[in-house]
Amino acid sequence: MALSTERLGLYNPDKPMENRLTDLGPRHFWQYFPPVIQNNYGKWKYHEILEPGILVHVSETGDKVFTIRCGGCRFMTAEHVREICDIADKHCDGFLRFTTRNNIEFMVDSLDKMEALKKDLESRKHVTGSYKFPIGGTGAGVTNIVHTQGYIHCHTPATDASSMVKAVLDDLFDYFQGMTLPAHVRVSMACCLNMCGAVHCSDVALLGYHRKPPIIDNEVLDSLCEIPLVIAACPTAAISPTKTEGGKKSVKIKNERCMFCGNCYTMCMAVPLSDKEGDCVTIMAGGKVSNRISPPKFSKVVIPALPNNFPRFPEVCESVKKIIEAYAADANKYERVGDWAERIGWEKFFEKCDIPFTEHLIDDYRLQYDTYRTSSLFKFTEAAWEVSRAAGGID
Amino acid sequence: MAFEPKEEQTELKYDELRIYSEEELNNYTEEDLKNFKCKHDIPDLDELETGPWPSFVSDAKREALHRRKLADDRMLIERDVVEDMLGQLQLSFDDGETHWKHGGIVGVFGYGGGVIGRYSDLQDKFPSIAHFHTMRVNQPASKFYNTNYLRSLCDLWEYRGSGMMNLHGSTGDIIFLGTFTEQLEPIFYELGHVLQQDLGGSGSNLRTPSCCIGKARCEWSCIDTQDLCYELTHYYQDELHRPAFPYKFKFKFDGCPNCCVASIARADMSYIGTWRDDIRIDQEAVQAYVGGEIEPDGGAHKGKDWGKFDLEKEVINLCPTKCMWMEGSKLMIDNKECTRCMHCINVMPKALRPGVDTGVSILLGAKAPILEGAQMSTLTIPFMKCEPPYDNIKEIIEKIWEWWPEEGKNRERLGELIQRQGITKLLEVLGIPPMPQMVKEPRSNPYIFWKEDDVPGGWDRDINDYRSRHKR
Repeated sequence: MALSTERLGLYNPDKPMENRLTDLGPRHFWQYFPPVIQNNYGKWKYHEILEPGILVHVSETGDKVFTIRCGGCRFMTAEHVREICDIADKHCDGFLRFTTRNNIEFMVDSLDKMEALKKDLESRKHVTGSYKFPIGGTGAGVTNIVHTQGYIHCHTPATDASSMVKAVLDDLFDYFQGMTLPAHVRVSMACCLNMCGAVHCSDVALLGYHRKPPIIDNEVLDSLCEIPLVIAACPTAAISPTKTEGGKKSVKIKNERCMFCGNCYTMCMAVPLSDKEGDCVTIMAGGKVSNRISPPKFSKVVIPALPNNFPRFPEVCESVKKIIEAYAADANKYERVGDWAERIGWEKFFEKCDIPFTEHLIDDYRLQYDTYRTSSLFKFTEAAWEVSRAAGGID
Repeated sequence: MAFEPKEEQTELKYDELRIYSEEELNNYTEEDLKNFKCKHDIPDLDELETGPWPSFVSDAKREALHRRKLADDRMLIERDVVEDMLGQLQLSFDDGETHWKHGGIVGVFGYGGGVIGRYSDLQDKFPSIAHFHTMRVNQPASKFYNTNYLRSLCDLWEYRGSGMMNLHGSTGDIIFLGTFTEQLEPIFYELGHVLQQDLGGSGSNLRTPSCCIGKARCEWSCIDTQDLCYELTHYYQDELHRPAFPYKFKFKFDGCPNCCVASIARADMSYIGTWRDDIRIDQEAVQAYVGGEIEPDGGAHKGKDWGKFDLEKEVINLCPTKCMWMEGSKLMIDNKECTRCMHCINVMPKALRPGVDTGVSILLGAKAPILEGAQMSTLTIPFMKCEPPYDNIKEIIEKIWEWWPEEGKNRERLGELIQRQGITKLLEVLGIPPMPQMVKEPRSNPYIFWKEDDVPGGWDRDINDYRSRHKR
């Protein structure tokens, strides 16, 4: 059956339940495995990264599969996907896959085919010069940045995603195409605290954040929102019921209690938060999800706010680079950003990365005490001398 | 082993399904593209076409040009949807604020998820994106595709939608970005009837499960991640499409503790493949690593000269449990002390392999910061056999789904409920005993909520009896 070209296709609005197919689920994966994958399923013995972005997996049967990993934008058009299909048809018998981090992987079963594929991929550029299929993203380097929708589709963002990711990856491009770092570096981006990208366990996390309390649209709040739900949505109990001068039911906000999470806005469209000057980018560092050597870790806030400087976010790019360069220069082989920071001490992290430590970085939410340092074990840095000076302990 | 699809699936052939001719698909030249100018002034976006990383703006312009050159009757939503999206994006940069309205309840009949309603707040200026609804299309496990399928999706989506997509959204679905309400049902019908393909989850329900590459192309996977993902996705279609939960619920399947799909950070129920026998050792290959014949870490550090590989320093001393040592030229592992962190295996994939008695660890309760702060999943079931039809795993899932929807507050994730009611309650729900592995360390306060049954003699005591021994 061909795809329909009728305006409403197979759907009959007069009988909406007629011929309705539901609960089909996803299509089965097996049909999308190329023969070399089907034949060696569960039999893989080892792998090797031949060069950045190019892997070979060797099976117990002696078969090999060569994979070329290319960076991809999460945002992709039908035109781009068709070009990906052209490549897969030409080199890979019509098969391909995507990784969890929005990379595209083309697989072939011989070294010759791999070389031809590589040449083809490297030659493809957009008319303005950017690579369509940059090869890289393997091993001890920076792989693709996973991100959220931003201004392209979302109603709650505190910044844009695709533009920031493009700017940061342009800057980190050599790390994407090289494997020069002490370990994997996973950079992730989410445009608000809802974190549909779940960036909270990344080596470097970029997070859009609001900094002004909601504006209350008193005119419509009561008619559009359930006031008890709006009140209950606030984790710090900053929202309470009120009446406007005109007698309309609404809510009021204790500004000093607001932590700008936006949960109220998720529940109620009449309390928007976004603001050109208020919205900012928070940088977090030192998280990971792998259990390798040390347990998974949360990322920690290391820069509280950088401006939303569209379209290239120079302050964000510079800060990310500073962190990665300090890490590259100082960490041991196999050490993730968070492992490095823990070994040298966070005080040294701030010193080596040349990032100021401000009061915003000290937790004052729940369980804050867990982050206090309750020992006499510390290193002397300029920040420590400043405290000693301020306290009259030294001249 | 080979898997069989649950239902007969027709092979999709693009040539039989296609909407657009070759001529229509190749309707512009590189020269046209160079000369293309968006109908809106978009200086900041033009700037994002420079630099080496793939430019999403260049890609969007390609789609815009392609749509401009299609005949009027060859698409069912406005042709300049891409240009209006770019125009609104530029304006969002100028204003430092998004221009998408809050919410919008649209969907397909009978489903509570899979479609996200979206409307522009500048519909006069950007009429082609007045409606810009998203549809989530449930991806095949591990995101392997063939071109017949992808090309068919492209035709369908370009004809009935914007042609703009995400491959993939954070949860794993293929995201169709931007269509009008009228086309939601027709697209759903085409997906189901022609492509035998369903929507994914959104809202307070089971979200589209996702998994790592697993045994398809990884030597470390301890479980059939794709099969488990596929089976549970199909088995729980009702929970996926018809929201009845307090909030979202996510399954993610990692084949080993390297956690490539980040299940431990993102899933309410994280499945991590593991083994309970011994790491397999090829002593000859160990010596080949020592002798420098094989690159360590699968060649992951090739870009920098880290000096000669040092087994003692790079493997044995970095082992978190210090359960490895050399006896002569033999590498020894005290497997009962091993916590299976994967480091030694990652460094020497040709010499060391996970054991063969494999299964899954189940961890519960991860989520992003909203609201009580970010949580990672808590180790709950150390090891469970993981074989089709996975009845043992389904039993655990269903016990959780009896408890959480009943006790969970509106928008309370499983991890928050576990915190609120305590792991002890979770143990009761699952009918399992406590184990030290569930905690990093035992409690440091003695404020135990003793139950009456725990204490001999019960709690009912007679004050007169007490006073007979103690004067007021």
